[in-house]
Amino acid sequence: MATTVKDPHVATTPPPVKNGFSFLTSRLRQIGIFVALIAIVTLFQVLTGGALLQPDNVSNIIVQNSYILLLAIGMVMIIVAGHIDLSVGSVAAFVGAMSGIMVQDWSFPWWAAFLASLVIGGLVGAWQGFWVAYVGIPAFIVTLAGMLVFRGLTQIVLENQRITGFPEEYRQLGGGFLFPGLFPAETNLLDWTTVGLGVIAVALLVATQLRGRATRARLKLEDEPASWFFTKLGFIAAIILGLTYLLASSRSGTPIVLVVLGVLIVGYSAVMSNSVFGRHIYAVGGNLQAAQLSGINTKRIDFMLFVNMGVLAALAGLIFTGRLNSAGPGAGNLFELDAIAAAFIGGAAVTGGVGTVIGAITGGLIMGVLNNGMSLLGVGIDYQQFIKGMVLLLAVGFDVFNKRRASNALK
Amino acid sequence: MAENILRMRRITKTFPGVKALQDVTLDVERGEVHAICGENGAGKSTLMKVLSGVYPHGTYDGDIEFDGSVVEFKDIRDSERDGIVIIHQELALSPFLSVAENIFLGNEREKRGFIDWNETNVEAGKLLRRVGLDLNPVVRAGDIGVGKQQLVEIAKALSKNVRLLILDEPTAALNDEDSAHLLGLVKGLRSEGITCIIISHKLNEIREIADSVTILRDGRTIETLSLHDGSVTEERIIRGMVGRDMESRYPERTPVIGEEVLRVEDWTVHHPQETSRVVVDSANLSVRAGEVVGIAGLMGAGRTELAMSVFGRSYGSRITGTLYKNGTAIAPRTVSEAIGHGIAYATEDRKRYGLNLIDDIKRNVSGAALGKLAKRGWVDSGREAVVAGDYRRSMNIKAPSVTSITGKLSGGNQQKVVLSKWMFSDPDVLILDEPTRGIDVGAKYEIYTIINRLAAEGKAVIVISSELPELLGICDRIYTLAEGRITAEVPIGQATPELLMQYMTKEKD
Repeated sequence: MATTVKDPHVATTPPPVKNGFSFLTSRLRQIGIFVALIAIVTLFQVLTGGALLQPDNVSNIIVQNSYILLLAIGMVMIIVAGHIDLSVGSVAAFVGAMSGIMVQDWSFPWWAAFLASLVIGGLVGAWQGFWVAYVGIPAFIVTLAGMLVFRGLTQIVLENQRITGFPEEYRQLGGGFLFPGLFPAETNLLDWTTVGLGVIAVALLVATQLRGRATRARLKLEDEPASWFFTKLGFIAAIILGLTYLLASSRSGTPIVLVVLGVLIVGYSAVMSNSVFGRHIYAVGGNLQAAQLSGINTKRIDFMLFVNMGVLAALAGLIFTGRLNSAGPGAGNLFELDAIAAAFIGGAAVTGGVGTVIGAITGGLIMGVLNNGMSLLGVGIDYQQFIKGMVLLLAVGFDVFNKRRASNALK
Repeated sequence: MAENILRMRRITKTFPGVKALQDVTLDVERGEVHAICGENGAGKSTLMKVLSGVYPHGTYDGDIEFDGSVVEFKDIRDSERDGIVIIHQELALSPFLSVAENIFLGNEREKRGFIDWNETNVEAGKLLRRVGLDLNPVVRAGDIGVGKQQLVEIAKALSKNVRLLILDEPTAALNDEDSAHLLGLVKGLRSEGITCIIISHKLNEIREIADSVTILRDGRTIETLSLHDGSVTEERIIRGMVGRDMESRYPERTPVIGEEVLRVEDWTVHHPQETSRVVVDSANLSVRAGEVVGIAGLMGAGRTELAMSVFGRSYGSRITGTLYKNGTAIAPRTVSEAIGHGIAYATEDRKRYGLNLIDDIKRNVSGAALGKLAKRGWVDSGREAVVAGDYRRSMNIKAPSVTSITGKLSGGNQQKVVLSKWMFSDPDVLILDEPTRGIDVGAKYEIYTIINRLAAEGKAVIVISSELPELLGICDRIYTLAEGRITAEVPIGQATPELLMQYMTKEKD
């Protein structure tokens, strides 16, 4: 009994060397969602006889889904922390309505209305964050209440009327394009602004990725196999360039909202993976008590998440209002459900601690392409709802099944 | 000679990596009160879970013979059908249901699928009177005290026509008056012919009500003693519980002890919800640089509560007393302030409170001091991986890489990740709560080596442990804790398991 002590200085097993293919299979769960998106795009491209990837339609898909994607960014952060936000649709409507009142009734310049709107969104978020973080009411309840409260406030401030006729500058955010008319479509020339943006994006991507890999190599850290790294990089670059080509040959070039969205996706991805704040969000969602006992101010994290969500919801409201050139009492209805669905399809865990911005965006795009593709095929709204519901259920079910298989394999 | 109602033969139960029970034998006579004694982790609760079908037939080896026939319980309902009822340490009443509803939960008085409320309440009233409770059966279970809840549990057992009642630490959370009442009730049940098995740390209680006692140690049966003739003393039972060889399970160490680093003075803590209940009662203790100080105490003595209340008030309410760090009074009110003062606390339940099990090693290691790796809010992931890699090597964490998910590691390696996390926060005082719970002997040795290394680096280390040999093997000084009070401070030279156990079971005068 007393002599079964192992030598404490036994060498650790070295990390198993993986080739590109086995690495790929080990990452299957993470890349599954991208594969699914590509499969759906291919399917509808074939079914619609090529209509799906027509330049103008691609542009349309992006603009149409931009506000859902925007909301999905904030939503996935909240879901990672183990909460939920049911109020974003109402908040977006409320902020849209307030901005309308500011530009129409109070004659604010468009930029002042934008700024004030974002502040209002932040205050709304602070209000909800206060109840969730500091009073301790579950977010489901607080934001369910918020959904009703801000829908009600929207109708009150609008007096159940619709505000239309927004100034030209205001409408640019939701419906505008970068330097339109520089290269008129009828000349059959590519829009060089778009091409330039695409090339810059790819250059930045390749540069940061290579630099990161070089740093890891210098620190002698393990890394993805080179074959996988370069395949992945090449693939992403190809997709960006493909998208660039499509948009550049579309009638109007790059939607302004795509630039906004791109900046936010890159920024928030960095926040989630590399900032102290983002890392604390994962810690809170992964194990709340362990996070508290590690000295993390979990209440402040929760509060900040809702403030952030409020600001993003405000931005979504501005984009939506600008695109429709109208702020109505029913705007933004069910946005929250689309955003939540996007996050979960994108691999976020209901129990918290898991989820990525890129995953949520991909999930949102899957929903968006499904919508658009089915509309092109003339599928009715009734069937669309049915199919989208099933996709959500199966996507999460697949995830749960995968996890169970993985944990069974351990036993 | 009365016949045996229960015979458990050569029971062996294995968990991944741990043999919890090995060839355990237990004979219980019909109509007796049979006590089971042993240190925490000796296998008492596991044995009772085997008996009651929590671990179904087939997941253990050996035979159970109950009332003359071999039984193979598939679950708790199965064992209850035969009249074996277990009352767990953590009471299992649903606080928002009435007492009557709780008594008949899963066993409802019904007529064609609808609850017969009159019969429910009348029968519940009868059962409550049988356990000596004058209580309206419609009050909510959460609204009555812990002592009464314990009695309601027994009433619930009686409603199932119990023949063998198992009580797991029934008086651990009770005050003296409630304890006396409960023990009286157990005696009464015995006279009605109900056999009782009682697990308890309170040796005076055992001597008072039990007819015989079986002692378990390290998952084996040591002996069964009859308590009828009064020749068995508490010391005799203690010897059975702790007596084991302990050579060369602990690495050698020459302590170099410096100045006092942390002193706790007059520290009193109340329960977070029941704010009138004292959990830690004017405790005084200190620890010096390079010193390893042990805190010994039985379950419920207030060890974890003491440690967590010191660690930024992460437990308790109405905390009074003073902390001195290097001679200066400090008052950390939050965990991050405590960490700022150089205090670290590694929890006893690493899975629930210590680790983010769905995240990888490096992010867990950096978890308590992420600021050290960040510039203006941005984490330097490269340096983080380097730091985690260093700990993986120096702590000998056996995992393919620092990106391995901590939930998939063995208990010993998880514990090393927790220790790495706190070492990275660069503390002066480390409080390690049950640092070797649930890990195998080899990994334990490594943890002890790490503790020695920390002390050699001049850290002050406090180790809380249920295993006395462990404390005796690694500490320079041991405090004993009983019912929230420090009952003794024993230098290692004078410490013996028997002496410590005496102070650990010392009750209020």
